[in-house]
Amino acid sequence: MYKMAVVGDKDSIYGFASLGLGIFPCDDEESASKTVKELAKNGYGVIYITEELFEKLTDEVEHFRSMPLPAIIPIPGVKGNTGVGMRNVSVSVEKAVGSDIIS
Amino acid sequence: MNVNPTRMELTNLKRKLTTARRGHKLLKDKRDELMRRFLDMVRENKQLRRKVEVAILEANKHISVARSVMSGEALDVALMLPKMELSLEVSSKNVMSVNIPVFDVQMRSDNKADAYSYGFAYTSGDLDEAVENLSEVFVMMVRLAEIEKSCQMMSAEIEKTRRRVNALEHVLIPQYIDTIKYITMKLDENERSTTTRLMKVKDMMINQQLEMQKKQDALA
Repeated sequence: MYKMAVVGDKDSIYGFASLGLGIFPCDDEESASKTVKELAKNGYGVIYITEELFEKLTDEVEHFRSMPLPAIIPIPGVKGNTGVGMRNVSVSVEKAVGSDIIS
Repeated sequence: MNVNPTRMELTNLKRKLTTARRGHKLLKDKRDELMRRFLDMVRENKQLRRKVEVAILEANKHISVARSVMSGEALDVALMLPKMELSLEVSSKNVMSVNIPVFDVQMRSDNKADAYSYGFAYTSGDLDEAVENLSEVFVMMVRLAEIEKSCQMMSAEIEKTRRRVNALEHVLIPQYIDTIKYITMKLDENERSTTTRLMKVKDMMINQQLEMQKKQDALA
């Protein structure tokens, strides 16, 4: 039995509380990195994270990429869509195929 | 490769070569099948992501409006105690020996109205809208998490498999073939030299015999 979490700035993530997801407001890179590591240890299977922070947490993202759990999934925050989420998918394609053939 | 050019080594190498070839073929098939599935999945992933991003942006707009209409504290209070509770079941599916996760979310209650954890009297209608949008998009978000994680894991596996295929194809197999060729040539060479040596010895013996015959004839 796992839980789901949302990490990001307060405005972007509070709405998810109504769905029963755990919300963990973080504003800077450091606390976000700590939170993500904590969550991974404490039985969270899926961690949604705002694109803004996702971009900064490259080390953690890379670390959990090869593990089955948790899944770290970028979502757009209130400040808008930065396109990181899509780029993240392209990275997978590039890794597998050699170049991004699906655009 | 540095080996002794012996017959035993040759048989060993030949056996290794057949194994390597078979492994190479299998891995190549694995890579191709993985790639096929991966591409299907990535296509779905991109579509889903587009949809989810649009829906979340929509919900966020409503939240922003709600936040500007209501006081920040009132909004926080409204969302502070959720009625919904969810639990995530994770099982795994084996696709070409990659264990991809399957997420199954269980809500504690099926009642859609439970998403609204607040009284409607003191909150903005935009908040209701936002919560509704989010609960609609949530199913897609779970699927997105599942598929995106699967894509990541499969791409890692494809990369690994491709490396193995290439190593077999361009390093190991040619090396085996070269070594086998070297040993066969060396063995053939040895055989030829043995034959010539034998012929030479035979010649010498015949010559000796002839000489002896001649001497005996001369004496007689």
